[in-house]
Amino acid sequence: MELKTEAANPGSPHSSVIKTHQLDKDYRLGLTILKALNHIDLSVTKGEFLGLVGPSGSGKTTLLNIVGSLDTPTRGTVEVLGQKVESLSHKEAAKLRNNHIGFIFQTYNLLPVYTVFENVEFPLLLLGIETPRRRSMVMDALEWVGLADRAESRPAQLSGGQSQRVAIARAIVKKPELVLADEPTANLDAENSHNIMKTMLQLNEDLATTFVFATHDEKVIGYVRRKVTLVDGRIEKDEIQPRH
Amino acid sequence: MFIFKLAFRNILGAGLRTWLNVVALSFSFVAIIFLQGIYTGMNDQVEQATVDAFYGGGQFWQRSYDPYDPLTLDDAHALLPKELNALVQSDQATPILIRQAAIYPEGRFRTILLKGIDPLQKVLSVPSILLMDGQGTIPALIGSRMAKSTGLHKGDELTIQWRDVHGTFDARTVRIIAVVKTSVQEIDNGQVWIPLDQLQSLSAMPGHATIVVLRPSISPPGISSGWEFKSLEYLLQDIHTAVRSKRISASIFYIVLLFLAMLAIFDTQVLSIFRRRKEMGTLMALGMTRANIIELFTLEGALHGIFAAFVAALYGIPLLGYVAKTGWELPGAADAVGFAIGEKLFPTYSVALVAGTTALVLLVTTVVSFLPTRRIAKLKPTDALRGKMS
Repeated sequence: MELKTEAANPGSPHSSVIKTHQLDKDYRLGLTILKALNHIDLSVTKGEFLGLVGPSGSGKTTLLNIVGSLDTPTRGTVEVLGQKVESLSHKEAAKLRNNHIGFIFQTYNLLPVYTVFENVEFPLLLLGIETPRRRSMVMDALEWVGLADRAESRPAQLSGGQSQRVAIARAIVKKPELVLADEPTANLDAENSHNIMKTMLQLNEDLATTFVFATHDEKVIGYVRRKVTLVDGRIEKDEIQPRH
Repeated sequence: MFIFKLAFRNILGAGLRTWLNVVALSFSFVAIIFLQGIYTGMNDQVEQATVDAFYGGGQFWQRSYDPYDPLTLDDAHALLPKELNALVQSDQATPILIRQAAIYPEGRFRTILLKGIDPLQKVLSVPSILLMDGQGTIPALIGSRMAKSTGLHKGDELTIQWRDVHGTFDARTVRIIAVVKTSVQEIDNGQVWIPLDQLQSLSAMPGHATIVVLRPSISPPGISSGWEFKSLEYLLQDIHTAVRSKRISASIFYIVLLFLAMLAIFDTQVLSIFRRRKEMGTLMALGMTRANIIELFTLEGALHGIFAAFVAALYGIPLLGYVAKTGWELPGAADAVGFAIGEKLFPTYSVALVAGTTALVLLVTTVVSFLPTRRIAKLKPTDALRGKMS
């Protein structure tokens, strides 16, 4: 099954999706100030399949959260799809996430009382898409991740791999320009990890959706096209990886 | 609309937790309506019984008469003015002569009110017709409470002592021809009823009366002097005051019930907000604003109230309907409260009572559901996703 490209603001093939400049994030721990991000300059263009790699505490999740407008920087600027994240109000940030960004979490974060169908449908309800179109978009997304037959199941009835595929379907159902995934395979076995990465890679190729991962999973790193290595809140390496 | 849909899904999805709250809240609905119905029914019942047995459609009092001052009774009698006489002749009113007297049941002295009533009157529900059966002695009627407190029974003979219009003491024997079972204390405790003409004759007050009771719905005639009209509203004010004071104590119970129900909702909301932080983080990541989430959680709490109203209707309508039809049997001690309730109390449920209680519970549920959600306004999405409370 092929998912038709229908992004809200597709932009030109090489337009910048993410642009950070001298981005800092500090956390105050008692009297100590912890620098989670230190002068991050990063530019991500449309259609990239980028991995933020590095050890725990290197700042991967913090960077992802700021790019996803879930958090704000202490200093510096972040532009996501042309919008300056640091100056967005709560409402504007919610609108940016709702319209243009899909999230995939390590622990799937599916809504437990909803069925698979309802979980995937949720972002479309927020967008106010009418019922017939919504149904067809949800079923398309579920078919894409191979779970159309589990539409009526509850999250508790799914395996870890299936749950993460539902989370992917939920992230891509509205065809966002940007998908942010925080350790998407950390709770999965090797086989499921590979399946998930292949699914996301396929989506990236078919929809030209920009994917940014935070991961320290070696199995995943092999799939990313561009690898940005973070150490102690700084970008240590930014390299393009050859295609397999 | 979609928030409502989500709230609906969430509380249905919460399963047993939702239904426990809904059932607990529905108990409050039913108990509050039942209690209020009891008090409304009690008020109606007391009022109706007292009106039927003694107050009628209002009373004319001889000017000196004060029911709270026995010393006024000596002078509280007069001939009926022609306007009242006309009403009495046409069965639209009945005169009652009230005198102070003493009896000696079981050798003990006791003061009473001796009341004379026309045995053929049709204005009050007092079974005065029984006074036609004198069998040579003065026939007398007493109420069941009076019989109990004096140890008198049907057929007993009793010496009654009184003073006539000249202040002369006199005594006669009367025979109890019936003990009337009545719930109205105004015609029972401390009273002996005899035929009006005999009391007038014994007191040397022919044609005199102390009060004249009008049939309900009769407009009181204008009388220039000597008699004062006491409206039903005036006569019932003591009963209304007593019911009001009982309603205040019932309101405390009402508030406790409401408080308990609200505690359950508040507790559920607080627990939800703490347990569902990660879910809130996810909702924010998916694009919901904090205001949306506050609205969602408040609506979830309020829906408990709406569901509870439906559940309460399911079992409450048949249950309360049955009690309203068959009455609520009162324990014997209830007789001592001083109300003309009878053996059974029939609750009255008005549309205003049901609608008002439902609206109040829904309003309070919504407010109580909203209060804990204010914490969400301070919640940072990143903290919520980690399951932390900001």
